[in-house]
Amino acid sequence: MIVVGLVLLIVVLPVVIVLLKGVLDAANAIVPSVDRIAVAAHAGSADLDAVPLLLTTQRQVKETVANVAAYGGSLDVILDDAS
Amino acid sequence: MSAAILIVAVVLIVLALVFYLVSVIFALQKITKGLDATIASVGEIVAKTDPVAPVVDDINANLDAAVSALEGLLVKKAGMADAVGLVDGLYPGAAADGFREFPDSSSVRAPRISEVYTKGTLTLARLGREAPIATASPAGGPVLRNITGGSLAARLLYPADRPGRSPIIGTNAPVQYEAPDADPSAV
Repeated sequence: MIVVGLVLLIVVLPVVIVLLKGVLDAANAIVPSVDRIAVAAHAGSADLDAVPLLLTTQRQVKETVANVAAYGGSLDVILDDAS
Repeated sequence: MSAAILIVAVVLIVLALVFYLVSVIFALQKITKGLDATIASVGEIVAKTDPVAPVVDDINANLDAAVSALEGLLVKKAGMADAVGLVDGLYPGAAADGFREFPDSSSVRAPRISEVYTKGTLTLARLGREAPIATASPAGGPVLRNITGGSLAARLLYPADRPGRSPIIGTNAPVQYEAPDADPSAV
C-alpha cells in the first residue's frame, strides 16, 4: 500500500500535472489568436461599409459610357474615315 | 500510515485535475466567445460582399462595351497604324498588347507619334492633319509644337516610308496647288 501511494505521489502526480499544464498552456495560447481574428474580421466588415457606393459607381459608369457613345457617334459623323 | 499516504496522493491528483481542467474550461469559454464574435463579423462580410459580384460584372460589361466602341472608332478614323501609334504614345508599351477587338493590331509597327507631339496634342494632331495647332494653342498659352522644326519632326513619325496620302508641297512638288492666275503678291 505504501508503495502504491509513493508511486502515485512521485510518478503519477507529476505526469498528470505536466500533461494538464500542457493542455492549459495550449488553450491559453489560442485565446489571443482568436481575439485578434475577431478584431480583424470586425475591421474587415467595417471596411465593407463602403460597398453600397458601388451602386453609385455602377450608375455613373453607365452614364459615362452613354455620354462616350454619344460623343463617339458625333465624332463618327464629323470626322472623315482614315480610308 | 500507508492508507494516509494513498489518500493524500489521490487527493493531490484530484486537486490537480480540478485546477487544470477548470482553467482549461475557462480558456475554452474565452475561445468560444471570440469565435462567436468572429463568426458574426464573417457573416456580415458575407452579406455585404454578396451583391458585389453582379455589380462589378455589370460595370465591367459597360466598360468593355465602351472600350470596344472607342477602339473601333479610333481605328476607323485614324487607321490601324496611327491608332496604335496614338495609343502607344499615351501609354508606352501598349502597342505590344494591341487592341482588344483587333488581334492583328499587336503586330502593327506603330509610328513614333509621342516623340513629335506632346500628349495634349496627340489627339488634335490625329483629328485633323490640317488642324492649326502649330500656330495657336487652344488655351491661349505658348505654342505646343515646334513650328520651325515641325516639318523635320513630322518625318520621325514614319521612320520607314512616308505614307502616300500626305500631299507633297513646295516648288519642286509634282502637283502645284496654286491657281495659275493667282496673285503672287498675296503669298
